[in-house]
Amino acid sequence: MSAPSRPISLVLGALGGQGGGVVVDWMTRVAVASDWLIQATSVPGVAQRTGATIYYLELFPAAALPADGRRPIMALMPSPGDVDVVVASEWVEAGRMIQRGLVTADRTTLIASTHRSYTVAEKSHPGDGRSNPAAIREEAERAAKALVAFDMDALATRNGAVISAVILGAIAASAGLPFKREAYRQAIRDNGIAVEANLRAFEAAFEHLAAGKAGADGGESRQQAAEAAVPAAFSERIQGEFPEAAWSLLRLGVARLLDYQDLRHAALYLDRLQSIAAVDTTPGSDLLKATAQGLALWMSFEDTIRVAELKTRPERLAQVLRPSSPRPGAIVELTDFLRPRVEEICGTMPAGLGAWLRSSPAWRRLLGRWTGGRRIRTSTISGYLFMRSLAGLKRWRRLTLRYREETAAMEAWLAALHQAAATDPALAVELANCQKLVRGYGETHERGMARFRQILAGAISPADGISPAEWVAEQRARALAEVPSP
Amino acid sequence: MPGSGEVGDWKMAERSFAKEVQSLRLGDGETFEGEAILAVTKALLQAGVGYVGGYQGAPVSHLMDVLADASEILAELGVSFESSASEATAAAMLATSINYPIRGAVTWKSTVGTNVASDALANLASAGVTGGAMIVVGEDYGEGASIMQERTHAFAMKSQMWLLDPRTDLPTMVRMVEQGFDLSEASHTPVMFMMRIRACHMYGSFETRNNRKPSFTAADALAKPERTYDRIILPPSTYLQEQEKINERWPAAVRYIREHRLNEVFGPADGAVGLVVQGGLYNTVMRGLERLGLADIYGETRIPVYVLNVTYPLIPDELEEFAAGKKALLVIEEGQPEFLEQAIASQLAASGCPTRVVGKGPLPRAGEYTGAVVLEGLRRFLADHAPEALRPVREIVVPLRPSAQLAANVPPRPSGLCTGCPERPLFASLNLLQREMGALHVSADIGCHSFATLPPFNLGASIMGYGLGSAGASALNRVEGRRAISLMGDGGFWHNGLTSGIGNAVYNKHDGVTIIVDNGYSAATGGQFIPSSRGEMTGRDLKHPIEKAVRGVGVEWVRRIGTYDMKESMSVLREALTTPFRGPKVVIAEGECQLNRQRRIGGLLKRREQEGGRVVKERFGVDEQVCTGDHSCIRLSGCPSLTLKPSSDPLRPEPVAHVDHTCVGCGVCGEVAHAAILCPSFHRVDTVLNPGRWERWLNTLRRRVITWLAGAPREVAS
Repeated sequence: MSAPSRPISLVLGALGGQGGGVVVDWMTRVAVASDWLIQATSVPGVAQRTGATIYYLELFPAAALPADGRRPIMALMPSPGDVDVVVASEWVEAGRMIQRGLVTADRTTLIASTHRSYTVAEKSHPGDGRSNPAAIREEAERAAKALVAFDMDALATRNGAVISAVILGAIAASAGLPFKREAYRQAIRDNGIAVEANLRAFEAAFEHLAAGKAGADGGESRQQAAEAAVPAAFSERIQGEFPEAAWSLLRLGVARLLDYQDLRHAALYLDRLQSIAAVDTTPGSDLLKATAQGLALWMSFEDTIRVAELKTRPERLAQVLRPSSPRPGAIVELTDFLRPRVEEICGTMPAGLGAWLRSSPAWRRLLGRWTGGRRIRTSTISGYLFMRSLAGLKRWRRLTLRYREETAAMEAWLAALHQAAATDPALAVELANCQKLVRGYGETHERGMARFRQILAGAISPADGISPAEWVAEQRARALAEVPSP
Repeated sequence: MPGSGEVGDWKMAERSFAKEVQSLRLGDGETFEGEAILAVTKALLQAGVGYVGGYQGAPVSHLMDVLADASEILAELGVSFESSASEATAAAMLATSINYPIRGAVTWKSTVGTNVASDALANLASAGVTGGAMIVVGEDYGEGASIMQERTHAFAMKSQMWLLDPRTDLPTMVRMVEQGFDLSEASHTPVMFMMRIRACHMYGSFETRNNRKPSFTAADALAKPERTYDRIILPPSTYLQEQEKINERWPAAVRYIREHRLNEVFGPADGAVGLVVQGGLYNTVMRGLERLGLADIYGETRIPVYVLNVTYPLIPDELEEFAAGKKALLVIEEGQPEFLEQAIASQLAASGCPTRVVGKGPLPRAGEYTGAVVLEGLRRFLADHAPEALRPVREIVVPLRPSAQLAANVPPRPSGLCTGCPERPLFASLNLLQREMGALHVSADIGCHSFATLPPFNLGASIMGYGLGSAGASALNRVEGRRAISLMGDGGFWHNGLTSGIGNAVYNKHDGVTIIVDNGYSAATGGQFIPSSRGEMTGRDLKHPIEKAVRGVGVEWVRRIGTYDMKESMSVLREALTTPFRGPKVVIAEGECQLNRQRRIGGLLKRREQEGGRVVKERFGVDEQVCTGDHSCIRLSGCPSLTLKPSSDPLRPEPVAHVDHTCVGCGVCGEVAHAAILCPSFHRVDTVLNPGRWERWLNTLRRRVITWLAGAPREVAS
């Protein structure tokens, strides 16, 4: 690189805890050791806490200074159209840099980590409020002169370091700065913080980029779980009785219900869907698929028995109880947080008894003694046995109050779908999708169920001007997006 | 469970400057390299300052932290340093310089701190000073600011204190500190030294000089006390002081500034137009000229530039000389109102100078003057007044306009409470209480807890100032019916809330509820100690319980809660809101600042672990298959470590909740799940390092029995 006539500018956007300040310290050491002038400034996010911090660096070679002792005037903040390198330590922050106009196609190299640190707005959404990483990538490719994007967080974790060291490696490999690799290494050593781990992560990032792997891994790749093994008899029945477009989904549903209960339960699933398939005659209709998905989830509703079963599974215990510390002899204990209410206790009882106890104020008071926050130490023998005996009630699940009530509700839903399919297929699909509202536990489940019932009832006589299908779609979207007041 | 066990390494402040402060010892001809905030501290010592005080707050928190870490060096020089109780205290401290030839410096965040300090400052400015008095104000304006947007300039004008706003270049800043003291003494007037946010954290270098021991000390003052009647703030002295300000001190200041060339002129002697620039904006303006092809990177400019390193007072002769022969001047002055522009225009008009004065117009009236804003302002001004100068040498690339699609996918990232913050369960409890009792009026305060006004908590109707949460609900505190809740931090409590809020509530028989968040530190400003801190620190007296102070001013109904126990918290708050007791109710919500706690015990635990001692590490987790993905837990807690994970269940594609590796095991997940009756997805994993022999034996037995009962893990979990 020939000596620049003006300072090289570098912007780093980092989140709290990512070590942005350490990167600036390293870069300062690199520059000073390489006989370059450096000016670094930062603007912490409000009150230095979890917000984003923007660091700005300008670099100028001492060798290019005029003989009369004048020094270049360095800017204190990045300006759109005047930035050589932009580093974003997180994918949405990369988008923010583009939004701020700091990435320009004539000169800016954008180095960004594709991992996500979700914002409060994304996390709070009751469904899926995540930003679309592909939209940011599209814009990044358009805006930058060169884009270097990879999952820096994963690389840092693999090397036992904080992301800052990977950022430094990426800058060293891709920013087009004239500093020697050894200068970066020396800066890490001189800084003295977690030297070994940081050197390891720095080298890994450098090698990763030198090997030209950047851009190969894009955003989050979501691995669809392999279609579970389903007994041949079920596969045959699915293929014989249902349209091909639904096969894959039905196999997933059957697998889930076999896991949840037994063969009879899975067969009941297909029986119920058969009646929907029979009326789902509109070409291209999604009714069967939407129903198959919702019904599989509903028929595997999360009762106390299910929770206890999932929590006592050997594969869960093996995973949770695996010591995360390398220290030899470390042991791991597990505590599960349960919060049964009278409803949950009665729901696990035989239907008649449960309903009677639930409606009796005296019994409610008595049962109330066993409600409230419970911490079950599942890694002890007694804790495990308690959970395991709850799970063991599975064989009597069909007799429980909860099963009876869920069955009644889902059959009412299926009947509504059946009825709508004949007169208004679009409405039927929208109603099928409403199953999404029924989920969660305790009061969350009750609220969702109440909204679900409201929509089911309202769909018969929708408000003026719009079709019943539109009304349901709108109501559902609203219910899913509405953040229940805490 | 995080408590406040009094073990660990008590450290003052979040950031330690222990290593950096060694550069404060540099002597003649050596080179300092480091942050501007440290450079300014060094300059104070070079100027022979005798005493220093202040109140922490961004962007000058680190100045206080540097001084605290430099106590040894300060002691060697005989400089006394105090962490003042408030900015008013700090300003009043400067009284010593009224009667004695001692140089004093104080610092705070402005304009909030200047507001608090105004009473003392106005009196100081009226009395005038003998020893140089300097106030280093961190101008919290523009990007990164955490306060309302106002200018310190107004305070300088109203009390007639001189305002330095030097070029952001370390040698200039250091020189201006030194000359600022001389100016203060030459004009018997306190001087304000303004530092902008970016300048505070700027890394650079300058050539140092030896530190100077103060020639007159506090001991000298006490040995030979002095008083002069005409320095007292009482009539008729005050009338005479006003005359003195105008007729003596002001002209003396103008004379000093002009003689010592504190302001600078760059560029050609003649030119059709010129720029008048606040020193702090100089770098931005020069970069703008350089991008327009009107200057080089070294500051050789074709447009004359008059840099005001002193923005108040103006120097009429200098200004008229600069304006002479020019058609128009552009005043580049950040913030509003445009005091400089008005003063320059009226000065030139009074002297009969025909030069046009332009400022707000080509430049926006409000908001930060960023590189892009200044560039555009310069271009507009030159297009109007000197189009011949505007020959674009280099094409300026305008960034692509980001698409709407991008905007939709870049959600804002508001600040929030840290992982494990003790205030999180408090606000979750308050929200659950609102679910039960209906919406409540919450008067918020300054501090970390002001983040409760942001999602997901959305708590708090107004913020009136530091420690003023309780006072902010005064008008709602004497009516019958529902009670208002006020929040106050422990920092704000000791700053003024004890009197302005609690004492006021007692005297006026308020009936509301004040929650004092007792996290043990002035946390939002960087974890400095306060009187109720539980730590140990030489030179400071700590461990003064808030409860004692509150009872001392007459509150009878006081309860203490541990915020991590949400059940207890909710029950106490419920009681406070419904008790028939009339009078102020104070709930002290205790929970040590997690950031500081981790710093305090982190090293200790590591040592204990390495020495083979038993250490338990707690972490929370979510059972992915049990989580149904409605994210209620996130909406109640908002913890950074409680996040999302893509679902591995194709039938339920919504992301599930997930606790990432940054979890500190504070326990709030479990508490929230219990208190809000959420879901059974949460579990806690305790990793016991270096367990005892019996513990290991028991664990092995348990694992064997459970494995035997549960069977081996299957290959594929559905």
